[in-house]
Amino acid sequence: MKFRVERDVLAEAVAWAARSLPARPPVPVLAGLLLTAQEGTLALSGFDYEVSARVELEADVEEAGTVLVSGRLLNDISRNLPNRPVEISTDGMRVSVVCGSSRFTLPTLPVDEYPSLPQMPTATGTVPGDVFASAVSQAAVAAGRDDTLPVLTGVRVEINGSGITLAATDRYRFAVRELLWKPEQDDINAVALVPAKTLQDIAKSLGSGDHVSIALSTGGAGEGLIGFEGAGRRTTTRLLEGEFPKFRSIFPTEFSAVAAVQTQPFLEALKRVSLVAERNTPVRLNFEQGVLTLEAGSGDDAQASERVEADLEGDDISIAFNPGYLEEGLKAIDAAYAQLSFTTPTKPALLTGKAAVDAEPDEAYQYLIMPVRLSG
Amino acid sequence: MRSVPSIIHLDMDAFFAAVEQASKPSLRGKPVVVGGLGGRGVVATASYEARKFGLHSAMPMAQARRLCPNAAFLTGRFEAYRANSEIVMGLLRERSPLVEPLSLDEAFVDLEAGPYGPALAAATPAEGAQLVLALAEDLRADIVERTGLTASVGAAASKLMAKIASEQAKPDGLVLIEPGSEQSVLAPMPVRALPGIGPATEQALRRAGLTTVADLAEAGFEDLVGLLGKAHGAGVFQMALGWDERPVVPDRDAKSVSVEDTFEVDLADRDRILREIDQLSARCVRRLRAAGRSGRTVVLKVRRFDFSTLTRSETLRGPTDDPEVIGATARRLAMQVDITGGVRLLGVGVTQLADYTQEDLFAQLEREERGEREKEKEGEGDEAEVGEVEEVPAEPVVRRWWPGQDVTHREYGPGWVQGSGVGRVTVRFETPYSERPGRVRTFSVDDDGLEASGALPLRPPAVEG
Repeated sequence: MKFRVERDVLAEAVAWAARSLPARPPVPVLAGLLLTAQEGTLALSGFDYEVSARVELEADVEEAGTVLVSGRLLNDISRNLPNRPVEISTDGMRVSVVCGSSRFTLPTLPVDEYPSLPQMPTATGTVPGDVFASAVSQAAVAAGRDDTLPVLTGVRVEINGSGITLAATDRYRFAVRELLWKPEQDDINAVALVPAKTLQDIAKSLGSGDHVSIALSTGGAGEGLIGFEGAGRRTTTRLLEGEFPKFRSIFPTEFSAVAAVQTQPFLEALKRVSLVAERNTPVRLNFEQGVLTLEAGSGDDAQASERVEADLEGDDISIAFNPGYLEEGLKAIDAAYAQLSFTTPTKPALLTGKAAVDAEPDEAYQYLIMPVRLSG
Repeated sequence: MRSVPSIIHLDMDAFFAAVEQASKPSLRGKPVVVGGLGGRGVVATASYEARKFGLHSAMPMAQARRLCPNAAFLTGRFEAYRANSEIVMGLLRERSPLVEPLSLDEAFVDLEAGPYGPALAAATPAEGAQLVLALAEDLRADIVERTGLTASVGAAASKLMAKIASEQAKPDGLVLIEPGSEQSVLAPMPVRALPGIGPATEQALRRAGLTTVADLAEAGFEDLVGLLGKAHGAGVFQMALGWDERPVVPDRDAKSVSVEDTFEVDLADRDRILREIDQLSARCVRRLRAAGRSGRTVVLKVRRFDFSTLTRSETLRGPTDDPEVIGATARRLAMQVDITGGVRLLGVGVTQLADYTQEDLFAQLEREERGEREKEKEGEGDEAEVGEVEEVPAEPVVRRWWPGQDVTHREYGPGWVQGSGVGRVTVRFETPYSERPGRVRTFSVDDDGLEASGALPLRPPAVEG
């Protein structure tokens, strides 16, 4: 095997493919990055039995071939090479990397012991890269981060014809994002529970491309897997098992009060007031006509309060939240105005975004947040 | 140190047993033992009559029965003890806002912070002591009047000495230790009289030839620190000299809330264990809510058949007082514990307390759904009554009666269970207000007219209007 490739292109591809490599591989070959060179393209792949990653790039291939080398080492080397063409070739049991006047020789790992990468399920449709990236981050923010309930560490991807619903919850908030896509078949229905952290990584790295294609098997080969492809990168991840909680009925539809607040001043006031909310003790929100008062801290502890302009329809309400959850929601709505809809101070409140104070809220993203109840 | 003995320590005399004797006229003047009556029970309180036979608290019940077979052995009625404790604590709070309860039947009070504080501050030591004595006698009289129970009171210039004084005052007495006389009072006492000296420390001191408090004072700071370590040694030395500046702290902030149960027979069945955990969780939540608190860390305690004790804990993202969440967490913890061989004790507790609760979407939803299901069920029940008459066979429930329990009979009125066995239950019909012991009747355990009832107050409620 022998090929030449630009240093920047190689470094970026290696860095991405090496991300899926396990830090402590259960078998030595899994620490390897598989290089496959043929007819003008180089493919790099990594796999840890959960996630597989494969990236293809153009290369000047002189001699086709396949080789397995330490991913960590190749990543370190390619990052630090001078900005010159890199030539990689095999030399018996070793691989040599030559760039400018620097030269490395690396031992190889046995290719025939390397597991074959899971087959990519057949593509089911495409979605614009930037839409996919932002939708995933909006949903995944609410996913659980501890393993006590594994099903809550996932994002539920529900495909229903031309619509996709992404949903995640850690039992204290619930984020649901709806988006449109172009399915291969109009009548497709599929559901998958994708590890939230992996999905977020994928969305970030694939979102830079024009389109991301999503591949989800609806039975048969590739079951239990979801695949994503975009910007020359292709990745699969194993799905989580378990029953994701039903959520449509959790979202309230009738409210006793609806408030609209300009998002940026709200966020800034919240950040300031929560400086005294140690370890995420609650921040209290009092909505009255025209004004929202934020307060944090109680008793002998430090206290803070701040007022921001607010438009309130319905009854005055006092409600308290974990400031972290509220802040993440306000950031996620990504809109000029935040709309909070309430029923009672102990029932979940619905956070949505809207473009202007008198605009209709954007229903495509809903962030339900459970309040904190103050005792005594 | 203050010059007026304005700290008092109040200790109710044989509290649980005394409440029983006050409730049950037939037991007055007789040995009474309250505690766990099962095979593994221990004595919680023995009346003074029973103490003459050598009974004391924490003694295994089997031994107590051998020593004093004719005593009345009763299970505790904590509802009654708590109600009377509240009356007593209420009387203490009238004397000062600084009341530090140590248990249901024991508390420190700092009189200087109360209505008599200014008078005490202005008084000479002799006048102050007189005033404290008068206040304490008043208090004891009030307690007798409101509950019929006696209390012993110690008064001194520090918590240490007040507690020692109340010990000397027992039973039904009042002892005041004059400020300045601390060292001479303490000197002849055994080292164990000082708080913080348990059997281990006592041993260590005895090996050094120190058996009385006077020995400790003579040994000096250096030697005690050498023997017991810096913090402990210094503390013991100060106490030996009668120095104690600890303030009376009202309602000490609890750091955790927990409940536990020891089982008569080891539990080996996981389902049964999980059911017990649910019940313990519910009880723990009741106590948590009563204190107006919530908590973030759930702790499960398991003592196995061989007395090996394990605790497992899980910290939640936010504090909760939700029985569903606490129960589910405790169950999850139970799955991590090897229970082969059986479990003799289970406990559920909550720590990292807070005064707010992060609501949980799913727990709230489940609660609401269950509420609706129950409503539906009730609705169905109504219909059945109106519509077809279908008798639902009642599950045969064997009713359990325990000694000491309050009951009411349709015909004979209120009384208490003297004993039960072989399908019979013996009830003595008397109330705290009966002038003489009541009559005894025996019923079948499933007698229709007999039902459990609540504890009566020890003093008849004032007749209204």
